[in-house]
Amino acid sequence: MGLLSFFSKAAPPLQRLPSGSFTLDRTGRLVVGTVTSSIPIATVEDIGRQVLATFREAQAAQLPLSELIVHFGSLKIVAREMRGGAIVFLTLQNPIGRN
Amino acid sequence: MDTHHKILLLDDDPDLLEMYRDILSELSSRPEIHTATSGARAMALLESHPFRMLISDLKMPKMDGLQVLSIVRRKYPELRTVVLTSVVDEQFRSRVYALGVDLFWQKPGTEQEIKSFRECIESLLDRNTESGFRGVQSKSLVDIIQLECISHSSSVLRITNGPLTGKIWINGGELVDAETDGARGEEAFQKILAWRTGNFETLPAESARARTIFKSYNALLLETAQALDEAIHAVDTHAPRAAASGLTAATQVDGVEFVLTAGSGETTELEARGLENPERLAAWARQTIERFRALGDRMQTGPLEQIEALGPHRHVTLAQPAATALCVGWRPTMTADEIRGQMKKVVTLWAS
Repeated sequence: MGLLSFFSKAAPPLQRLPSGSFTLDRTGRLVVGTVTSSIPIATVEDIGRQVLATFREAQAAQLPLSELIVHFGSLKIVAREMRGGAIVFLTLQNPIGRN
Repeated sequence: MDTHHKILLLDDDPDLLEMYRDILSELSSRPEIHTATSGARAMALLESHPFRMLISDLKMPKMDGLQVLSIVRRKYPELRTVVLTSVVDEQFRSRVYALGVDLFWQKPGTEQEIKSFRECIESLLDRNTESGFRGVQSKSLVDIIQLECISHSSSVLRITNGPLTGKIWINGGELVDAETDGARGEEAFQKILAWRTGNFETLPAESARARTIFKSYNALLLETAQALDEAIHAVDTHAPRAAASGLTAATQVDGVEFVLTAGSGETTELEARGLENPERLAAWARQTIERFRALGDRMQTGPLEQIEALGPHRHVTLAQPAATALCVGWRPTMTADEIRGQMKKVVTLWAS
């Protein structure tokens, strides 16, 4: 290892972005998922809450939705509505390799 | 010219900061180096000094490098930003670049790596002040301009095409002026872009150059590309282009059913084409953009770029290229990929 590796330090780990998929029931409860357990459950639930709220509010605005795709710089969320619940796919994005 | 740029080094380890200081003190431009051991301290220093560059670690207690950089990129877009880290992980490299950071560098381990690091930093520091020639192969002029604008560069591009010479002035990532063959401004820009081959030379920026181009670079590039296409194909049987507002022009893009703009925050004015009662949809659009923007901030995912909402009766795309939310309705027969392609046109037309 290199010169500066002597100065290794114990800093808290950086928060990774989740990838994988999970399903939510209509109450927002996580039913099943493939997101790694190192991701805090609160993060996954947070995503789920925003997705379900968006579907619900769209319905209220007379815009029924079946799918939602959210593009961030380094994460893509694809959510499909399932009888009030949703299945959510999380994919990491690489800003360099992307078209 | 004696310009001593200020560099801010951020790392929670004071020993490492000292080592970086030693490494950077050997730069030929002799930058003034300041250090901070926490994100909060770095933010305070950035408030009080005009720094040219921030070099930050990623792993730090309380406020990590990603948090610092996401704030810094938004607050100080002109600041050069470099990540210097021992984190060897493609995900974090991607996220760092998604935030718009100029350089991601693994902590140098050998004398050669330290030398390369110094050279990169020197090059990044002097980007606007040095003249030179950059040979770029297999890149169109459009690519070059986009690169300069996306990286918020300030420079003058001199393009030669046989006996013809043209110049394009870019300041802070914005097209400011163009000149060739007696023409100036947009007209000159379009003439230069019509050249299919040539050489590029980057000259020092001219910040005092009078502005004659007021459109965004992507709008102008799109318009120029369209003009060139039309000139090549001679006839255009559909999509009549009315000289109307950007919003009206956006509704003429193939597949668009309606366009709605809704101010957010203090500006809440609404404008819509193709919708009868836009208030409810506008409220949903604002709320949805705000919701996912906040989620992105919490998770440090990089900027929210676009939201596509597909439904059985109507597809909708949401974006917020400026302070105003843009909501576009599409024919339900269109695919997400088709919508994405068309949305780029809508955004540029609207922005123009």
